[in-house]
Amino acid sequence: MSRVGIVGIGHTVFGRRSDATVQELAFEAYRAALKDGDLDPDVIEATVIGSVPEYHKQRSLAGVIQEYLNLNPKPTWLTEVACASGSAAIRTAWLSIKAGVHDVVAVIGCQKMTELETAEILALMGRVGDVQWESGFGTTFPGYYAMFARRHMHEFGTTNEHLAQVAVKNHHYGARNTKALFQKEITTAKALASDPVAAPLTVYDCCANADGAACVILAGERAARKLGAGREVWLDGNGCATASMSVLRRPELTGLPSAREAAAQAYKMAGISAGDVKVAEVHDCFTIAEIMAYEDLGFCGKGEGGAFVAEKQSYIGGATPVNVDGGLKAKGHPVGATGVSMACEMVRQLRGEAGEARQVPDADVGLTHNVGGIGQYCFVNVFKKD
Amino acid sequence: MFEWFGKVNFCPHTKVDGFAAHLRAGRLMGSTCTACGHLSFPPRADCPACLQGEFAFTEMSGRGTLMTFTTIDAAPAGFEKEAPFNLGVVDLEEGGRLLAGFGDTIAPDGITIDMPVQVVPRLCEESPDIKVHYTLEKPGTTWVKTGPESGEST
Repeated sequence: MSRVGIVGIGHTVFGRRSDATVQELAFEAYRAALKDGDLDPDVIEATVIGSVPEYHKQRSLAGVIQEYLNLNPKPTWLTEVACASGSAAIRTAWLSIKAGVHDVVAVIGCQKMTELETAEILALMGRVGDVQWESGFGTTFPGYYAMFARRHMHEFGTTNEHLAQVAVKNHHYGARNTKALFQKEITTAKALASDPVAAPLTVYDCCANADGAACVILAGERAARKLGAGREVWLDGNGCATASMSVLRRPELTGLPSAREAAAQAYKMAGISAGDVKVAEVHDCFTIAEIMAYEDLGFCGKGEGGAFVAEKQSYIGGATPVNVDGGLKAKGHPVGATGVSMACEMVRQLRGEAGEARQVPDADVGLTHNVGGIGQYCFVNVFKKD
Repeated sequence: MFEWFGKVNFCPHTKVDGFAAHLRAGRLMGSTCTACGHLSFPPRADCPACLQGEFAFTEMSGRGTLMTFTTIDAAPAGFEKEAPFNLGVVDLEEGGRLLAGFGDTIAPDGITIDMPVQVVPRLCEESPDIKVHYTLEKPGTTWVKTGPESGEST
């Protein structure tokens, strides 16, 4: 079956972007992707926008962006699956190319989260879970991951230090990424001493909301070879799975069943196993989420995630370098942009263009793991370089 | 009536709205599919096993085991004055799970994973509106039940 390649990537600075509207952010990423791939806008046949609508004042974002990109009357549509919306956009673009409907599609993940007032954010935060049976008790997003963390600690001896070490690693690499929100290192002691959010999670266990956009341009195999001119990277595995919205219906609370299922699909489709992955981007919305991701993706055994980071196996030079762009933790998490940002980093790594400070040597197989909500959705993509 | 359920309610209308009236009368109800007998907690109108849409409420014992818990410091809207507060997830004896806060019979520093708990229906006395919920308590904690005897009832 014909492959799908990525022929251009673009990425804005992530952070508080009170200088720009959301369509202006999308444009920055789009323009950068065209420039990166040396592409003419005429080759773009459609766009797919990954974004979460409730953060924006602007309704029906895809149409506004399409106009601002000057791409009318070409088609566009929006995908929404919470924090995995960007990967859903990649998947639908990939599907449309696989189906033979389109040949070259621009995927833009974008989010402007700082438009909301604190009161609006607190109200939104109160409705992240099942609003019928859980939200009425005062649940929060960190609260759910905190309950995963507590259970993981209970069953496997994972510690607060393990959690802090994930934050330390991701800040270490964020300090070397000019597009990251937090470009400074932190210490384990500082992370451990930060204020509680939802015990056992503290401020440094949580990623930060941000504004930003990222763009990848996907093309069918023939077009990708022509347009990519040797720099194309292949999206050879695309896994997608779900788990119950409510934690009340999860079989266990030490991992995400959707991640394990999506990974199995992606590995099979790409014809690889976990051991073949040379570099990975995983969804570290909270530090415990990265530890569970190591296990769900098979980078280490169940319950060994804490030791995996403690032994620096997820640093460059370790068994599987993870989030060497800073991850959500240091890069910031503009929710709709995150999945596309991960794909951008993977293309950079596989091309060998990540820069001396963060380039993983001999990276020829990469993986992204993008989670929506508390694992209701998970997308795992496998990228390869010829 | 489902608007009674929860300290904050986002979801006043549901096919299982009788749950809140039962809870006000001191009964914690799951649902049993009348076609295949599948028991669900939280209750649901539509059977996940056989997809049929007829159900009967079934009283739960409220006995369970604490699977995990957290302390919410950064509270969502409507809970700012209560923070910090503890939330736990409980595996119920008959099957199913629930999420709830802890009541006075369990000290915050006495909460441990795998501890047995009793789920107790509660009326918010301080609220002028009817508000019902449930709390996690020490096993053996008793409360007043009113209305019909326990058992299947819609």
